[in-house]
Parts: sequence; structure tokens; C-alpha cells
Amino acid sequence: MKLLRKQLSAWSWEALLVVLLLLTIVLGNSLSPYFLTPFNFSLMVEGLVEIAIMSLSMTLIIIAGEIDLSVASVLGLASVMMGITWNAGIPLWLDIIIALAVGSLAGLVNGLLVTRLGLPSLVVTLGTLALYRGLAFVILGSQAVSDFPSAYTNFGIGDVPGTLIPWTFVLFVLLALLFIVVLHRSWIGRQIYAIGNNKEAARFAGIRVDQVKLLLSVLSGLLSALAGIVLTARISSARADNALGFELFVVTVVLLGGINIFGGRGSLVGVILALFVIGGLRNALGLINVSGDIQNIVIGTLLVFSVLGPNIAQRIQSALSRRRLAAGSAKNV
Amino acid sequence: MTTTSEHVQEADTLSRRSGNRLVALVGRVRELGLLVVLLLIIVVVGVQVPEFLTLSNMVQILLSISILAIVAIGETLVILTRNVDLSVGSIVGFAAFVAANLFKQNPGTSLLLGILVGCALGLVLGVINGLIVTWGRVPAIVATLGTLYAYRGLEFLYAGGNQVSASDVPDSFLSLATAPFLGIPLLIWFAAVLALVFGYWLRASRTGRQLYAIGSNPDAARLAGIRSGLLVFGVFAISGLLSGFAGVLWGARFATVDATAASGLELQVIAAVVVGGVNIFGGSGEILGAMLGALVLGTIDNSLSFLRVSQFWLQAIDGAAILIAVTLDAFIKRWVQRLLITRRQR
Amino acid sequence: MKKLFQTLGAGFLVFVLLLLAACGGGTSTGTGGTPSSGSNLNIVFLPKAINNPYFDTAASGGKKAANELNGSFKQVGPSTASASEQVTWINNLTTQHVSAIVVSANDPNALAPALKQAMAQGIKVVSYDSDVAPDARTVFVNQANSEDIGRVEVQILGKQLNYTGQIAILSAASTATNQNTWIGFMKDELSKPQYKNMQLVKIDYGNDDDQTSFNDTLSLLQAYPNLKGIISPTTVGIAAAARAIESVNKGGKVALTGLGTPNQMRKYVKDGTVQQFALWDPGKLGYLAYYAASALIQGKITGKQGETFSAGTLGTYTIGANGVVLLGPPTVFDKPNIDQFNF
Repeated sequence: MKLLRKQLSAWSWEALLVVLLLLTIVLGNSLSPYFLTPFNFSLMVEGLVEIAIMSLSMTLIIIAGEIDLSVASVLGLASVMMGITWNAGIPLWLDIIIALAVGSLAGLVNGLLVTRLGLPSLVVTLGTLALYRGLAFVILGSQAVSDFPSAYTNFGIGDVPGTLIPWTFVLFVLLALLFIVVLHRSWIGRQIYAIGNNKEAARFAGIRVDQVKLLLSVLSGLLSALAGIVLTARISSARADNALGFELFVVTVVLLGGINIFGGRGSLVGVILALFVIGGLRNALGLINVSGDIQNIVIGTLLVFSVLGPNIAQRIQSALSRRRLAAGSAKNV
Repeated sequence: MTTTSEHVQEADTLSRRSGNRLVALVGRVRELGLLVVLLLIIVVVGVQVPEFLTLSNMVQILLSISILAIVAIGETLVILTRNVDLSVGSIVGFAAFVAANLFKQNPGTSLLLGILVGCALGLVLGVINGLIVTWGRVPAIVATLGTLYAYRGLEFLYAGGNQVSASDVPDSFLSLATAPFLGIPLLIWFAAVLALVFGYWLRASRTGRQLYAIGSNPDAARLAGIRSGLLVFGVFAISGLLSGFAGVLWGARFATVDATAASGLELQVIAAVVVGGVNIFGGSGEILGAMLGALVLGTIDNSLSFLRVSQFWLQAIDGAAILIAVTLDAFIKRWVQRLLITRRQR
Repeated sequence: MKKLFQTLGAGFLVFVLLLLAACGGGTSTGTGGTPSSGSNLNIVFLPKAINNPYFDTAASGGKKAANELNGSFKQVGPSTASASEQVTWINNLTTQHVSAIVVSANDPNALAPALKQAMAQGIKVVSYDSDVAPDARTVFVNQANSEDIGRVEVQILGKQLNYTGQIAILSAASTATNQNTWIGFMKDELSKPQYKNMQLVKIDYGNDDDQTSFNDTLSLLQAYPNLKGIISPTTVGIAAAARAIESVNKGGKVALTGLGTPNQMRKYVKDGTVQQFALWDPGKLGYLAYYAASALIQGKITGKQGETFSAGTLGTYTIGANGVVLLGPPTVFDKPNIDQFNF
């Protein structure tokens, strides 16, 4: 019985998201005739790629029972690194490697503080959110670097020739497929779930909890840096304030995707679905010129109800079954 | 004649009592540590830039953190129960705009009414948070992340892109923040009184102790008969109420209010609380600590401008402060634990 | 069941890709509706931020022009002066196939790729107040000669301070094109011999955010106790700075000037915190920008130097070099004349 209910609950979250996605498409189409056009989809996914990339690693981290609030600041830092290395005349490919290295290092620092010193990741990444963003501002100040070569900016804003598929979206799809395989089909993924479910039990089972968490932190930094490289290409501008405030959005996408905030449960497919639900809603509302902050009312309410709804449903269910049980036992008396 | 087991029991109780005393002492040490840091900063900066040490600058520092401090009181209560309230920034902003707008549209409004409206709004929003977390059983971080967005969006809907400027509101409203009472601006008095009241209440009352219990061990607390649901609901409501009040004061201090007011405040508040030694997992920490945390961060910010350090270093230093505070806490905890173990072994 | 949904999810990704691929290929003007044919004046303003009274006044000017021309007017934008959010809005407007985007940029280069994409879709791009990269727009409606704006402010402050003392500049976003152009001319003016006893000690960036500008001004006053004057060439900054100066009772001791709106500045002019400040009529700016955009849409101008177009009650305007149209000289406001204005 319990197994069935557990299966049902996993089934129902993704089902809910698919329903939401369909509703979003219907809503979008009714709000604006431009919604269901390939051109719109192309621009929409292009604008989502940075958040999408960061949510891949954030998913793994939250499943493992931690959180990383510094992702947007690492993005900014990476963007700034692209800017100053380019300004210094360093060739583009090396700039990218440097930016990725800096991001990984930032993630490593997060991971070391959490695993070696046992500090709570919420607070550590709150601190590094400020520290890394601050460093970005110290390094680049308030200027912007924009004279990147067209090959780079074309990657950011261009499409695969002959189609409307943005290059950056292709990058995301490849990463997503990789992550789905790793999380859901490999032993690393199983370890991550085990750690999130019960850290001590996992350790006793021989899983090197600290090493895995450290790896996930580095991965998070790496992917945030990648997102920074993408954003810098897309707006052709390296700025210290790039992606300011994005971290909460990434967490929202992951939570709406069904990942339990306490760890151990959820699937990447849900997160990807949630990404499109949120992206689609924002896009649809933007097409009728609703301001970004008002769009957030929908997002915020959706987030709350995504957890509230099933809780209420479960309450009703158990209340009903209790009544049934009581009626049944009364009959037996 | 006392038996061996009684001896053991006595020794055990003694060690536990001294252990408790040790933990309490460490708490004091933490706050003392913050005071030391504060004094250090004041001395180091004051020696280099004497203007830093003037009374008017001290007043400026207190003014700059008063609103944050009021919100931090509520946030401390929430965090003590092993929850978090991320929506405080949105509540402050909403209340700020509603109050300022009230005075703009109806210039004759009494000051008291304006304050009440802001507080009522904050209370309502806090109650909603509390209901979602307790009755809805939604984890606090999820619930308040959602309401952070929802409340901010509602404020935008209400504000409609408008702005309230200093010239739109009566001077009496503005004076709420600046009017001096015994030489010190009212705003600072509000923060100080609230901190004292809540700090005392937390320490001295049974309800206060129950909050600590809930945060330390929620299951044990419930088994012991503590009405966790009601209390957690209560702290969210209080957090909302205090944020609402802080919002009215925001409107009075900054006077130009639009729908983006107080964006990002929540992270600053949590930073102050964490630096102040409140454990993010609940169960330990004091209001006094949170106030000192806010003071330390505010003093650092203020001193940077005197040292003519580029404003860009501000955020990096705040982040470093959080990391240092939390690391120190971890080391102190480990040291205490080791001490307790060796003491018990003896 | 879980596997089913995983496959469904992967399938959805593929579906989206196929959708994009299938209907892809070059421009998509066919599926999105034909670009503006010339008589449809669907013009949208995209200011730096939408809750800013200066831009609201410009918008009302645009609305007035829309009424006169039987066109439509809308204003959209981010709630904080963010360049990347402006990019999102530009994309939204491009998808909606508006006739023209009239934009004031937070960053001249960050908006360029998106604007160029809009132009490729047949949408006309006009910049106003703060320019973008010249190849990302056709016409730039400049409120006043940038050189005049920069120099006039330094001249006002210099006269007030008797040409001695430390001064600071409280600017907006550090990358804002107009700010940097004006600051450049301010520095140049300050290098003239009559200003040799005046020192520019700091340029601070308040990001057009009231709280930041307020706090930054307080910091400036603390860090430089001998500060004699502040120039704030942004309406948000000057209003915040005035309040900050007053809050520490330095009104009259620290001179303040810059670009402000009469309504926000009235109180401080009357109590002496600010003696003089400058601006132009943002309403006229918006009005002119709308007319320029509609002239572009209707093919009356193409942005080349020397072309002229009519701008309703403002008369005829000529396009200068680099597609720049100048509204006129800045107005200086002071105690005698401030009550004549209401914006």
C-alpha cells in the first residue's frame, strides 16, 4: 500500500506539471497570438538557458540535502573574468577556460566550508553570495566589457543555421541529457539520493558523503560559470551585476519541479518541466506587457500551491480514509 | 550512605549543570566577542579618521540599522523555531508604499492611523505565511520564497508604477524617523525599545523557552505538550507585524517610495541574525546577538565610507563577515563539545 | 509510472526542438504576422526603469503625440535599471511585432544584439534620453546638447561655490551612456583654469535607485567632511541627495545642483538647499521621440543627416550627424521661476 502511494506521489507531481504545462500553453495562446510561434519559442528558450543550466546542478545539490545560494554571484564573477581576460588580450578560448576554473574554485570553497568545517550550506552560500558578487564588483567595478568577437556573441544569440534553435539551447539539451543519465541511471545518482535521504545511513553504507558533496559543489560552481559565459555572449556584455537576483529563481524552478527541499526526492524531468512552465508563463505574460514583478505573483503563488495543494489533498484523503475506517469498524462491532 | 551509583548520578548531574552553564557562558562569550569586534573596528577606524568617532556619526550608524534591526527581531524569533522568513523584504516594501501612499492621497490622515495601517498589512501578510507553514505544512523556505514573490508582485499591482516623493507626504510623517527625543531620533528609540521588550520576553517567559525547545528538537517539543503549531504561527505573525511597522518607518525615513522599496532586505536581515550568533537551524541565539550583528555590519559599512574604501568592497566584506562569523561559531561549538566530553570523562 | 514520465519529459524536450527546427529557417515574419505596413503606429516606449517620474513625464508627452497622430502608445520596462531585463523586454516587443521601439538604454552595448534583431524584423528603433550603440538604432533623440548639459552644471556649481572647494558627482548607472557623456564634459569643464581651486574628489553611482543614492550621499558627506558641493545629473539622485543633505542639517552648507524635476525639487529650492538646477521638458522629449518614430515608420525619414520631419507643435526638426536629433537647450530652474512648472 505504502509503495503504491509512494509511486503515486512521484507519478502525481510530474502529472501535475504536465497539466500545468498544457494549461500554460493554452493560456499563452489565448493571451497572445504570437505565443505559439517558433520565433517566440526561440527567443523564450534563449532567455531561459542560464537559469536552466544552473537548475541542473542545483537539483543535484538539493537532492543531496544542501543548497547553493551563490550560483548567480558565481555567474557574475565568471562574466567579469571573461571581461577582464578579454580586455587583457587573452585569446577567447583561454578566457573561457579561466572563467570555468574560477567558477569551479568558487564552488570548491563552498564545498570545503560545508564538508570540512561542517557549516550549514544555507549560511555558507549566503555569505559567498555576497562575497563573490562583491569580488565581481571589485574586479570590474561598474564598467562593462562589450567588444567581444562576433563568433562569441553569435553563439549567444544565434541559431543553428537553417533552424530557429538557439545554439545555447542545444548546449543546454546536451547537458540536460547528461545530467538525466547521471542522476537517474548511474551509481553516482543513487549515491546522491541516498545521501539526501539519510546522510548517516549512506555513510555507513560506504558512500563517501563528503567527497560527493564536495564534487557537487564544484559542479555547481562550474555550471554557474558556464551560465555566465552564455549570458555574457547573449547580451554581449560582461558586467558585475549580470544575473543579479537569479539565485532565488533557480531555487524556485527546482522546487516547483518536485525536488523536496529536505533532500532525497525528486526528478530532473520534473525540473525541466517546471522550467518550461515558469518560462512559458513569464513569456506569455510578457507578451501582453505585464511587468516582470507582477509576473512573479503567478510564479510565487504557483510555488506555494505546488506544495500546499498535495498537502491539502493528502489531508482530505487521510480524513476520508479515517472516516471509512471508523465506519468500517463500527460496522464490525 | 551514598552508593556508587548515587555518586555517579551526582557527578553526572553536576557535569550536566556545569555543561549547561558552559553553554550559557559560550553564548555570552559570543556576544562579548561581537562587542570586542565592534570596539576593535571603532578604535582602528577612529584612529585613522577622527570624524568617525563623532556622536553624530554614531547616531548615523544607529539610524542606518534601526529599520533592519526591527525586522531582525521578528526574523530571529522565526529562525529560533527552525524556520525562516524570506518574505520580510517584500512585507516591508509593501507596508512602506501603502503607508506613504495613504499620506499622499489623504494628507489629513493621523499619524497613528498610518502606522496602524502599515502594521495591519504586515500582520495580515505574516498570518498568511504562518497559515501556509503550520496548517499547510509547507516548509518555511518554500512558503516564504513564494510569498516573497507574491507579496512584491501584489505591491506592484497596487502601486501601478507610481512613486511617492518626499514632497508628497506631510512633514509629520517624515518626522516619525527623525524627530529627536532626548537628542536621539525616534527611529532609534523604536528599535531599542522593541529589542529590549522582545529580548526580555524571549528570555524570561515560558513561551520564549518553548520557542527554543521547538527549534532544538521539534518532535520532543511536541511530545512534551508544547503547542508548536500555534507558536510557529505566532512567530510568523509577529515577524509580519514587525516588518509592517518597519515598513512605515522606511517610508518615513526614505520618503521616496516606489514598489521596489526594500528589495533584497531579507538577505541583509538573515546576515545580521547569523553574524549575531543565532543558529540557522534553530534552538539557540538571542535578540541581543541579532542586534549586535546588525550593529557590527552597520559599523563596518559606515567605516568603509570614512576609510574611502570603494563602495564596491562593501558586499564582499559583508559576505566575508558572515563566513567568518559562522566559521567561528562552528569552531566554538566543536571546542565546547570537546570540553564537555573531557569533563564528563573526568 | 516514473519511467513513463521520464520518457515523456525527454520526449517533450525533443518535441520542442522539432518544433523549432521544423518551422525554422531565416526570418519568421510569415508566422508572426506581417511587419508594420507604414500606417500602423504601434509605438512602445522602453525607458531605463518604469517607476521613474522623469520617464513618466516623457511618456505623457509620447501619449499626447500618439493622440495627435492617431497612433497607439504603450510603455513597458524593468522595475530596476537593469540592462539584461531591458533585453528581455526588447525580445518581447520583437515577438509582438510592434512598429517601433523607443528606448533609453541602461547600457549602450548590452542592448545592441537584441535591437539589431528587432530591426532585422522590420521594427524601427529610436533611442531617447540615453543612446545605444549607433548601429543598433536609426535615430537618437537627444534632450539637449550633451556638452551644454555637462558644462552648465559645472558652471552653476562653480558660481555658487565661488570656484573653490571639493565637489563630488552622484551619477546613475555607471554604464548609462548619457551619464558618462555628460560626466566627460564636466571633467573637461573642470580642467579649465577658472576651476583650478575646485577638486573633483569622487564619482559615485547611485544606479537611479533612491535608497542607494540616499545612502551614498550620506557616505560622501561622511568621507569628505570638507565637501562643498555635489552635482547629480539624474532626477532620482538629486532628489535623494537633497533629502540626505537635509537629514544631516547640511542644507545650505553643501551646495547641490544637477538635473531634477521642478516638483521634486520645489521644496529644496524654496528652503535653500538647492539654489539652481537644470533640466529640459521630458514631456517634450517624449513627444519629439514619438514623432520621430512615426516619421521613420511612415518612411518620411531614414535617419540620414539633413533630413527633416515635422514634430507637431514643436515645429520642424533636422537630423544631425550620426542620426542625432536635438530637442533644444537645457532650462535652468531657480526660486523665481520654479512655480511656473508642473512636472
